[in-house]
Amino acid sequence: MMPQTAIFTTLLVASLLFFCWSVYRRFSLLCYGQPEERLDQPARRLAEMFLYAFAQLRVLRKPFGLNHFVIFWSFMILALANGEFLVNGVFPSVSLALLPEGVHRALLLAFDAVSLLTLFAIAFSFIRRLVVKPPHLDSLYVKGRSPEAFLILSFIALLMLAYFGLHGSLIALGMEDPSAMPVSSLVGSWLSSHPDLIPALRNVSWWLHAFVLFAFICFLPHSKHMHILTAIPNCYFGALAWPATQPREKFEKGAVYGVGTVERFTWKDLFDSFTCTECGRCQAACPATITGKALNPRQIVHAIKTNLLENGDALREGRSGTLPLIGAEGEGTNTEDAIWSCTTCGACMEACPVLIEQMPKIVKMRRHLVETESRFPEELLNLFENMEQRSNPWGIAPGERAKWVSTLPVKPFVAGETEYLLYVGCAGSFDSRAKQVTVALATVLNAAGISWGILGKDEKCCGDSLRRLGNEYLFEKMALENVELFRQRGVTKVITLCPHCLTTLKNDYRQYGLELEVVHQSELIADLIRSGRIKLDKKDDSLGKIAYHDPCYLGRHNDIFEAPRTLVQAATGVAPVETERHGRNSFCCGAGGGRMWMEEFTGERVNHARVDELLAQKPDTICVACPYCMTMMEDGLKDKGAGQVRVRDVVEVLAEGLLRKNA
Amino acid sequence: MLVVVCVKQVPDTTQVQIDPVTNTLIREGVPFIVNPYDTHAVEEALRFKDRFGCRVAAISMGPPNAEATLRKALAQGVDRAVLLSDRSFGGADTLATSKVLAAAIEKLAKEEEVGVVICGKQTIDGDTAQVGPGIATRLNFSQLTLVDRVDELDLSGKKIRVSRKLEGRHEHVEAPLPVLLTVVRELNRPRYPTVAMRLESADAQVEVWDNKVLQLDVNGIGLKGSPTWVSRIFSPERAKGEMLGDGAHDPEGAAQLLIDKMLEKDLLAL
Ligand SMILES: Cc1cc2nc3c(=O)[nH]c(=O)nc-3n(C[C@H](O)[C@H](O)[C@H](O)COP(=O)(O)OP(=O)(O)OC[C@H]3O[C@@H](n4cnc5c(N)ncnc54)[C@H](O)[C@@H]3O)c2cc1C
Ligand code: SF4
Ligand code: SF4
Repeated sequence: MMPQTAIFTTLLVASLLFFCWSVYRRFSLLCYGQPEERLDQPARRLAEMFLYAFAQLRVLRKPFGLNHFVIFWSFMILALANGEFLVNGVFPSVSLALLPEGVHRALLLAFDAVSLLTLFAIAFSFIRRLVVKPPHLDSLYVKGRSPEAFLILSFIALLMLAYFGLHGSLIALGMEDPSAMPVSSLVGSWLSSHPDLIPALRNVSWWLHAFVLFAFICFLPHSKHMHILTAIPNCYFGALAWPATQPREKFEKGAVYGVGTVERFTWKDLFDSFTCTECGRCQAACPATITGKALNPRQIVHAIKTNLLENGDALREGRSGTLPLIGAEGEGTNTEDAIWSCTTCGACMEACPVLIEQMPKIVKMRRHLVETESRFPEELLNLFENMEQRSNPWGIAPGERAKWVSTLPVKPFVAGETEYLLYVGCAGSFDSRAKQVTVALATVLNAAGISWGILGKDEKCCGDSLRRLGNEYLFEKMALENVELFRQRGVTKVITLCPHCLTTLKNDYRQYGLELEVVHQSELIADLIRSGRIKLDKKDDSLGKIAYHDPCYLGRHNDIFEAPRTLVQAATGVAPVETERHGRNSFCCGAGGGRMWMEEFTGERVNHARVDELLAQKPDTICVACPYCMTMMEDGLKDKGAGQVRVRDVVEVLAEGLLRKNA
Repeated sequence: MLVVVCVKQVPDTTQVQIDPVTNTLIREGVPFIVNPYDTHAVEEALRFKDRFGCRVAAISMGPPNAEATLRKALAQGVDRAVLLSDRSFGGADTLATSKVLAAAIEKLAKEEEVGVVICGKQTIDGDTAQVGPGIATRLNFSQLTLVDRVDELDLSGKKIRVSRKLEGRHEHVEAPLPVLLTVVRELNRPRYPTVAMRLESADAQVEVWDNKVLQLDVNGIGLKGSPTWVSRIFSPERAKGEMLGDGAHDPEGAAQLLIDKMLEKDLLAL
């Protein structure tokens, strides 16, 4: 064996052993996580993996994602070239030249072109980090301009340069065919005029190529570039049900609730943390981060990883780790303040290119705080008591639920006689502003001849806020009561006024075996407009310029974007204007996830940030389709001294149009 | 040392209506809750438990369904719960109520020395604030009412120092043990039961003591032992208001109407 081969083989084996050991050390920690089913529906999973990992659909949503796309695919193609390099280093007689001539030439051409592309892409990455400096690349503990980031970029660049140096030398020596490798042949022809450099460059390039590859192999499992190994499987194991609602808990003596230590997360939660690319897209989308709260979804994921690695040895010895997951200061732990700042808006999950599920992890930690520690912001005590005793967040007497009816003829729901149950919800029943929306909805339903009824005093809160706040025990109690009530009354089709009721009845109650046909009022009414059952000939422009705000639980969580806009268009003849962040990328009003019932002490208020963005469109009216958004927008406008701008639910706009028509 | 808390089940008063014909509370369908002041009493007892390791017993006099109230106290962490329930206890006024409660505390004291008894300041249904003092008198305990802070509980020196919330001022007082406290809401923030404690309390034993256990003279308790009689209960009539304008769609107009109305009724001066 040549000495070069011997040294190469030794180093390669050492690197591979180190790699395997590192990967084993890290990934064996996943075994300490809780079980979770992520192997069902393989065909769908493969499709998701293809779309998000290979076609990089999420990555490409941002313009700079193209750069990553180029690097990713170059990496995939060059994996072949690098594989050959490693095998050839050990067995000098084996190389791609053994392949049929045409195939080999095609490969060489591809390697050459792709290496050049990668060099450009790496140059752009350097410029981005050094010159453009997008702020979301930095978080508290991970900086965009960290040595690690530059080291990896430099590794890739060096690998490309070494590739050209090596193949340029081989071409200059007449050992490779220049016609298949346009870029390398440029290097080759330059070298032909400096023949004394050729042997040295060939040697240096070869060893440089080898050392960079070895270093990469050793470093990879210890860096954020571990995502190269995990991103593809993570997309395969991604949540198939969107929105990712919270899983049920089993309430029995001796059980543990929520996540208070890192090993209480599921293996997939832990795998997510190994997959984070530190791209910062979730933090750039998070309303809490943007308005200066303690929460940064990326840091939540990073803390889980750091905590797991830090406590790994203890877990291996069967102990719990010493670094607390919740409540301490510093890296690897989450503050309670951060955990309570989440609006469960889902923007982080929507933004993540590798399908990490940040929000459910936050709710799991809330469960621990509420159910095991009984520790939560003071304001929530009242909420929890009110919910338990009076089945509504305000603690108003349940007997007053149907008071809004006083002005209208409304029928009780009777299975067989009334088609739809109108599930009014707590806001629609008790909040004085939302009650006007209920009346508007009732008017529209009657005008369209829909057969509907209500449960009146027997209606109960759906429990949405409780579930998002981590009070799963109470949520389950209320869910079971409601499921029983719906079954008893023979309810099958439900109209909801509020997106939170919608998502809870439709997506959460399914876990209790109740499959209802639930529609949001805007969906039903948009259908009625399309089918001609609601006609508005006279367009109404009295509301002026209308800007529409997408409620998170209607849009992002339940994919209802068009229907509410259809209502506005039908009533006014004009589509609403859009804010910069709308549709899937809409920005939360600040009330989701139970934040409606909590004080907001730090930073800018989320509703102020949202109102500012809406006001930038100079609207006369802001349209919403959710009672919480209504409150947040109205309060925000008042605080901003923009009380002249009106807030309307889309169904109110339509009802006003109908009234005018009938007048 | 044992700390005894007295808790009463009361109807959720926001939901109570008075039958205009019979002048009695319509109790049908009205959910019951723990008297809100009593939840603070339970919390303070549990804080003593946390700090000094004393045991806590909760007692309640009421019908069999008052057991739910005691179960809630168990979920919060009390060690023992006793329901005092007997037909002969029914219809009691504050005198008869405090006799039964005092007898129960005396019985508990036979097993373990009672150092502190804690009651709510008053109930939200009877509202008399007499039961606590009634018990203290019967047991010959020091009584400290309207406590909003416990400054010191000295078990070896057998004394307690508290702050009492009076109108416009606070009073700092000290008394020897055994003592009866009645407490106001400012005293503490009641703990929210953890799920584990809720599940445990669901199967925990609530002892039921009837008069066979307490052996009180039936003429001195319940309706027979109650010198006070309710002659009439009524809600003060409130004339129905009137709707002015349309505040949602024309707030200025509505405000103008309101101001005019107030000027007209001489409620506002220009
Ligand atoms: C003439 C009359 C007839 C009545 N008839 C009836 C009747 O038929 N049915 C009925 O349900 N009520 C009846 N009541 C009401 C009942 O007697 C009183 O509610 C009761 O005596 C307690 O008084 P209070 O609610 O004012 O308690 P307060 O003196 O205001 O209570 C102070 C504290 O004492 C403790 N406490 C009070 N009562 C109890 C209890 N039962 N168990 C444990 N701790 C307690 C609590 O810690 C409470 O916070 C009647 C009252 C009167 C005056
Ligand atoms: S759900 Fe919304 S508020 Fe919560 S972490 Fe994600 S983006 Fe932030
Ligand atoms: S969690 Fe996802 S979006 Fe957030 S930084 Fe990590 S990879 Fe990027």
